[in-house]
Amino acid sequence: MVRVGGPAPGFSGTISSFVEIFRQREMLGLLVRRDLKARYKDSALGFVWTLVRPITQLVIYYVVLGNFLGAARGIPDFAVYIFTGLVAYGLFSEIVVGATASIVGNGGLIKKIYLPREIFPLASVGSSLFNFMIQLVILIAATIAVGHFPWTIELLFAIPSLLILVLYGTAFGFLLSAANVYLRDIGYLVEVIILIMFWASPVVYSWQIVRDQIPTAWMLEVYTNNPVTLAVLGFQRAFWTSGHDIVEYPSELLLRQGVAIFVGLILLVAFQRVFARLQGNFAQEL
Amino acid sequence: MAPARVPAPVIVSVDGVSKRFVIRKDNSLKERIVTLGRVGKKHREEFWALRDVSIEIEAGKTIGLIGHNGSGKSTLLKVIGGILDPTSGTVARRGRIAALLELGAGFHPDLTGRENVFLNASVLGLSRTETEDRFDDIVDFSGIGDFIDTQVKFYSSGMYVRLAFAVAVHTDPDLLLVDEVLAVGDEAFQRKCMDKIKEFQSEGRTIVLVSHSLGSVAELCDRAVLLNRGEVVFDGNAPDAVAAFRDILEDRRVDDAERTHDDAALAGHVLAASAYPTGGVDGDPVNPGDDVTISVTVSHDTGLAEWICAIQIDTPTGQAVYGTTTKRLGVSMPPLHGSRTVEFTLREAMFGAGKYFVNVSLMDFAGRHLHDAPQACSFNVPYYQLAVGTVHAVPEFQDLGATT
Repeated sequence: MVRVGGPAPGFSGTISSFVEIFRQREMLGLLVRRDLKARYKDSALGFVWTLVRPITQLVIYYVVLGNFLGAARGIPDFAVYIFTGLVAYGLFSEIVVGATASIVGNGGLIKKIYLPREIFPLASVGSSLFNFMIQLVILIAATIAVGHFPWTIELLFAIPSLLILVLYGTAFGFLLSAANVYLRDIGYLVEVIILIMFWASPVVYSWQIVRDQIPTAWMLEVYTNNPVTLAVLGFQRAFWTSGHDIVEYPSELLLRQGVAIFVGLILLVAFQRVFARLQGNFAQEL
Repeated sequence: MAPARVPAPVIVSVDGVSKRFVIRKDNSLKERIVTLGRVGKKHREEFWALRDVSIEIEAGKTIGLIGHNGSGKSTLLKVIGGILDPTSGTVARRGRIAALLELGAGFHPDLTGRENVFLNASVLGLSRTETEDRFDDIVDFSGIGDFIDTQVKFYSSGMYVRLAFAVAVHTDPDLLLVDEVLAVGDEAFQRKCMDKIKEFQSEGRTIVLVSHSLGSVAELCDRAVLLNRGEVVFDGNAPDAVAAFRDILEDRRVDDAERTHDDAALAGHVLAASAYPTGGVDGDPVNPGDDVTISVTVSHDTGLAEWICAIQIDTPTGQAVYGTTTKRLGVSMPPLHGSRTVEFTLREAMFGAGKYFVNVSLMDFAGRHLHDAPQACSFNVPYYQLAVGTVHAVPEFQDLGATT
């Protein structure tokens, strides 16, 4: 006999949750495919639309910030620089926003059928990763176009950076999707926070400028150790090779990323536990 | 409780389960903060959908959950299915489960029928290869044909339900939870549902069924659990549970009348009823062709100017076979004050073999029920070797030879 419902206590609960999710991986794949297929069904351009938003942002930031306001000074290949940040930050924001809405959006299914509910935020993560891959291909094509294909050892920074984005995105996705069931305000709050986080990461300006402007060392540390900032910086080191000798990066980036990954793992487990506790009442709250 | 024969393995064990719902009237962050703390208590209401429910379900049995609206049937089904967590108590179960709480839950309107079959089958626990093996059967059973590659938003509601049902019955569950699914679709579809459920029964699968159709509960279930206000009030064989449920419905009707201070309804009573072959006594068997007398005593405490007495004859499964009223007969009854006995005689009644129950109602002239006496009396029709059913007719048979 298997006990039904109610979170299993402690760490064994975490393991059994993850085992159950792993068993449903086929279902997860189908949901990801459903998300992707259904999103652009009946639109003539289809997946091209996933690129329209980041490219529009790119053009606006390039023209307005880079040329009108002069942010491009001291940053060679400014377009590639921005696009690198946009691709990285786009992944994080899409995961968080998508996951937050996922439980409420799949309410019909959750009320009628039992599935490990973690599947729904994870499906958002999956479809976000797919879109990310498409943008990454464009990014690499762009680096080839400007003649700075990032074939250096620094390219390896992409791995921990991607890991950070997915870890934190998923962890907060769990927390926020569950909270959104009880308080629908969370969805709107997330949009605002995502906007703030965007400007709080060196996507359209360089880390150097922040270092020169921030008066105190500890504030700079806070700014730098924001995991999203670390990931964005990592992506820039990996894909934007034009400015390696000109632009400065914070010291010990790899170590900082390592700590961020460790903290991210703890958060993922902790927030999954919160999710598991809250999910028992999803069906009645939706 | 079943006697201790060879015990079938228990497939679901519900132990002391209670479920509390908290109804909040404040749902936004602003309202929550404004109504924080003590004031917040006023903005929430609690109610117990289930109270200390314990049930064991053995493999291969079909269990009906009955009760009026809001009695907790669907909540119990969702708790067994793992869709809701109980507030206290535990639920344990084994085997593959398929919950048919709503057909087509999880169908995505923008995807094609084919894509939805895979998605829905996966939701119900089939792997991709299993679904591929059964795909042709599913499409055959649904009768969707070439529309399988059309987006389901273009399906008619009938096609939608057929496809969803086809997927659900091909998932091969050990335990099937069914909630009111039988109530949708046309008659042919309902028949198909019934046949499939009977097929599942004969294959030894366990079924838990929630239904308002007492007839289908009595027909399908080995056992029925009657819930009232979240508590199990009866757990036993299906016809007894159905009878107990009718008593509860009658009690509620009286409660409603008391609450609305409907004196006319409270004052009316069906005091007694009996049914017997004309010239016989209560308890005599009724043979086909006999006249049947149904004698009813009604009363009204405060006086009723115009009134109607109605009878209805049911089989033990609740299937109505006969009914009439004084209004239909064109009889105008004199004012009822105190008690009065009336008699219906059914000439040359041709009932098939079996037991029949008579329900009696006292109504005012608008047709409002003042008092219902469900199963007020009964009579038996002796066994008839040549035929079964609720109608008696003498069968004859002729072989006309081979047709050319």
